[in-house]
Amino acid sequence: MSAPARTAGARIDRGKPLRFTFDGREMGGFAGDTLASALLANGVHLVGRSFKYHRPRGILSAGVEEPNALVTVRRDGARHTPNQCATTVELYEGLSAESQNRWPSLTFDVGAAASLIAPFIPAGFYYKTFMWPRGAWRSLYEPYIRAAAGLGRAPSLPDPDRYSQRYAHCDVLVVGAGAAGLSAALAAARAGARVILCDEQGEPGGFLLTEAAAAQGEQVEQLAARPWLEQQLAALAQQPRLRLLRRTTAFGCYPHNLVGLCERLSDHLAAPPAGQPRERLWQVRAREIVFATGAIERPLVFPGNDRPGVMLCSAARTFLNRYGVLPGTRIAIVTACDDAYRAALELQAAGAAIAVIADTRTAAHGSLPQAARAAGLPLRTGVTVSGTRGRLRVSAIEVASVAGDGVVGAQTQRYACDLVLMSAGFTPNVSLFSQARGKLAWDDGLGAYVPGSSIERVRPAGACRGLFSLDCANRDGRQAGEQAAHAARQPHTHSIRTFTQAATDPAMAGYVGALPQPAGHPRGKAFVDWQNDVTTFDLQLATREGFRSVEHVKRYTTTGMATDQGKTSNLNALGVVAGLLREPLPQVGLTTFRPPYTPVTFGTLAGFARGELLDPVRTTALHDWAASQGAVFEDVGLWKRARYFPRAGEDLHAAVARECRAVRQACGLFDASTLGKIEVAGPDAAAFLERMYVNNWSNLAVGRCRYGILLRDDGFIYDDGVVARLAADRFHVTTTTGGAARVLALMEDYLQTEWPQLQVWLTSTTEQWAVIAVQGPQSRRVLEALVEGIDLDPLALPHMGVAQGRICGVPLMLMRVSFTGELGYEVNVAADFAMAVWEAIAAAGRAHGICPYGTEAMHVLRAEKGYIIIGQDTDGTVTPDDAGLSWAISKTKPDFLGKGALRRAAMSDPQRRQLVGLLTQDPGIVLPEGAQVMAAAGLLPPSRPLGFVSSAYSSPTLGRSIALALVAGGRARLGETLYVRLAAGEVAVQVSSSVFHDVKGERLNV
Amino acid sequence: MSSQAIPRPPRLATCSGLEPLPPRGRWLLRGGAAVHAAAGALLDWPLPSQGRAAGDHEHAALWLGPEEFLLLDPPQLPVLQAALAPLPHSLVEVSQRQTAFTVSGAARLALNAACPLDLDVEVFTVGACTRTVFGKAEVVLWRIAPDIFHVEVWRSFAMYVTQLLAQAASEV
Repeated sequence: MSAPARTAGARIDRGKPLRFTFDGREMGGFAGDTLASALLANGVHLVGRSFKYHRPRGILSAGVEEPNALVTVRRDGARHTPNQCATTVELYEGLSAESQNRWPSLTFDVGAAASLIAPFIPAGFYYKTFMWPRGAWRSLYEPYIRAAAGLGRAPSLPDPDRYSQRYAHCDVLVVGAGAAGLSAALAAARAGARVILCDEQGEPGGFLLTEAAAAQGEQVEQLAARPWLEQQLAALAQQPRLRLLRRTTAFGCYPHNLVGLCERLSDHLAAPPAGQPRERLWQVRAREIVFATGAIERPLVFPGNDRPGVMLCSAARTFLNRYGVLPGTRIAIVTACDDAYRAALELQAAGAAIAVIADTRTAAHGSLPQAARAAGLPLRTGVTVSGTRGRLRVSAIEVASVAGDGVVGAQTQRYACDLVLMSAGFTPNVSLFSQARGKLAWDDGLGAYVPGSSIERVRPAGACRGLFSLDCANRDGRQAGEQAAHAARQPHTHSIRTFTQAATDPAMAGYVGALPQPAGHPRGKAFVDWQNDVTTFDLQLATREGFRSVEHVKRYTTTGMATDQGKTSNLNALGVVAGLLREPLPQVGLTTFRPPYTPVTFGTLAGFARGELLDPVRTTALHDWAASQGAVFEDVGLWKRARYFPRAGEDLHAAVARECRAVRQACGLFDASTLGKIEVAGPDAAAFLERMYVNNWSNLAVGRCRYGILLRDDGFIYDDGVVARLAADRFHVTTTTGGAARVLALMEDYLQTEWPQLQVWLTSTTEQWAVIAVQGPQSRRVLEALVEGIDLDPLALPHMGVAQGRICGVPLMLMRVSFTGELGYEVNVAADFAMAVWEAIAAAGRAHGICPYGTEAMHVLRAEKGYIIIGQDTDGTVTPDDAGLSWAISKTKPDFLGKGALRRAAMSDPQRRQLVGLLTQDPGIVLPEGAQVMAAAGLLPPSRPLGFVSSAYSSPTLGRSIALALVAGGRARLGETLYVRLAAGEVAVQVSSSVFHDVKGERLNV
Repeated sequence: MSSQAIPRPPRLATCSGLEPLPPRGRWLLRGGAAVHAAAGALLDWPLPSQGRAAGDHEHAALWLGPEEFLLLDPPQLPVLQAALAPLPHSLVEVSQRQTAFTVSGAARLALNAACPLDLDVEVFTVGACTRTVFGKAEVVLWRIAPDIFHVEVWRSFAMYVTQLLAQAASEV
């Protein structure tokens, strides 16, 4: 195949030749080319295989609507992106592209055998075919269908690129930088508005770039398209409050004028600068939006319309005028509107032969057809196309006459050609307008849907509302920009805006649906949706089988459901269905436009939130010390907490056993800083806590602490923690680590909505205070050496006492509390001093055998004492009584959060699941947490379990395993033998008290 | 007796245009109109209105919400505490709950990488302040000059916030 010559006068840079490869074959192009234009310049029309039938496919369009020419662009092992439109991939030096969906090669594809069995795989075939046997769906059919489906392959390596995100605000967002968008943005900026103008292409200009350079092209304001474009861009550059975003697709419209933009920063570069993000997500909040999204040319639907070399007319003009590529030498043109004649005239002027212009209309009298006649081009009207020829590229077209009554003549005439151009007219691109809650209106004159009305602060301009000529678009855009700038200064009225339709050019009306065909069996497949291989036959089948809603037809046939979202196919599909149902097209309905307008990478949506920035990693003021000691950390919510401190040769079990023994026998040191802390202050502080917590607070003396339980209004435990009364009107409330934020939010919620009259205020002090737990029989001795201003004598500071003093010269709030069952203190100091104080305690404790311990030892120690952990031993269905905590509930209070719910009979059912201890008969077995507890041996599902194991550890103190469990009627089963089912078999357990160690609590009060 | 504990403020990621600020006194003041009047009388200036900060680099009050102010190094703290004592109020020290830094230049522009507010100087003017989000963290922003923001962030989120800022500010 000889490469057609490059023509003169395009926008490519002939001074910058580029090399690239396609399926390993090296070729040349120029800076400014797309992959598609460069391939065409090298005579390559065959670029892919179709999705279902593996038919040879070429380049249909020159833009994002491309359904055929999808390629994989590969930079390296991790950087290869499938399903890129060759028509939008900008060429760079060394670009490597591969065709998809073919094996072993593009020209010889084994998968094309699918065409042979095509009659057996019509639309919806898998709904019918793979019904039996049932089990085969999962094991055989679905895996096979999944393997056969999809174009291209996703990379399996992690994405090495960076992605960025930005929020932005503006008065006017203009989507699309064609004639209408440029004028809208300029007018809005000149009116003083903050403007963002975005365009999906590397070069702004839209259809202006498709216009021929010289005087024969369309004029705007008495200028040719190119000089006018330069003039507009120069004027835009003068506007300081206008931001022009190139290579930026507005992919989605969300409520209240939030628009998602994807800016592609490096995909067009041969060697992106290190550290440059690949893409940037813009979330733009615009007071007003102007949609200047243009129009997309519609293909005609006739048999064989998918062969390589069959192309849209406007695409051929773009390749010729913008990229300087003549995509064919002998060209047949099929059209239903006047615009195609422009292509015929320009291509002929560029040196191509026009084989025929087949106009499906009965007559063509516009100025462009007249010019074509004057130029001697072969023109036929009142015809249809009954087929095409050619295997890997089109070689001929067959044209038949259509009589006045619509009957197609049996005689066809064949025209040899190497390029078929088609135009059924232009479809206004209303996707974003529709996403922005815009209502569409059917324009009978135009034969298309146009923007009708909207409740959002948006307005369409230019070709997306049917104003196709560049000068009309320019004027419409300017008006829209002025109006938008004005409206942006006004308050939102929430009124419905209607967009009256300007008179459209009847010469651009076009055709919707499938072209008429001769009676009898059609000569080949007429494609409606190229990317999903949906033909007129599939739509016929769907309507024949009773699908009348276009939404059902869409899902049954998959028309419009590919990555191109039916940009070229939707309206034709509606036309075909309307014809089959013999209904007017608007009555058939319209499928919904959804984001994204074009595919968006996961990377762009994830943005910064990956790796170390996936979530905040919260560390305490003592983290560095634990890290320096070789602590193993675990994630608790967003926090990193030291789980255990292994010494040389120790595993988890050995380290935890040693840490537990140290606490029970001497002294342990623990970082409890992550506990939530809320300062509750004000004259009504006690009254507020009375309403929130189940406990009694009015009788809590200043200087004393109490264990508090917080319920939800449904009566189930929500959180717990120790509350210290620092003054008559001031409490220091602690919460669980994970509950800190939600408890504060719950309290604020009740305070602001239920009891706004209470004079009490909540302040989170979680991070103000670092908390160092000093626990164990030696803890008083350790602290005595350091604490100033507090008498540690048990009579002065008994269990559950709190006092203020100093330690290491800094203010100290010392709480004598214990989550281990041992004598213990919690040293609260301002966070900046935590490290120094910790080190001082560790040094002072060395003589007393002090040992740092982690969360794992903490868990074991508290479980030995039967202390619950919210979220581990409770699951949102546990009442205080279930957890054995009914002693905490005040009997005298008229009300507290959840009290009403606790009165329900079901809440005191003796068969509720209650917290008990479980002791395995074999003391060496540690039950898995979550294991189901059964009433008798040998019970198998679906027998109901009595409950489940919530906590289980090997207890160094008891020298055996222990477990906590929630068991139905558990407290009445003390001593009973129950069974826990494990994968390895059944384990017999004995129900015990949930307190395993120091049942009387004597070790606390020393 | 042991010597005075050496303070260790939270660490921040380095980022061009980001300047850590030294530790300082921070107090959260809550209360009604009488509290505002009493506090304003002692602060040399009235407490700021919604969305505004009052004061200077040494002493400042930031409006955070209805009846909620962040006082930075309030002058005459014991006098303030005494004046407020008879009034229903809450005055809680949060000096080390959070840390602060200023951002200018690229780091300032990077604020909108993760903060959804309109930070245009004509909208969020000098002296404006707000409690808002930066990515998945809560921050307080206070514009102290056209190109400089004062940022307050809880200490455990400081590394995340500054790392995110640094990455956004480093974009080519």
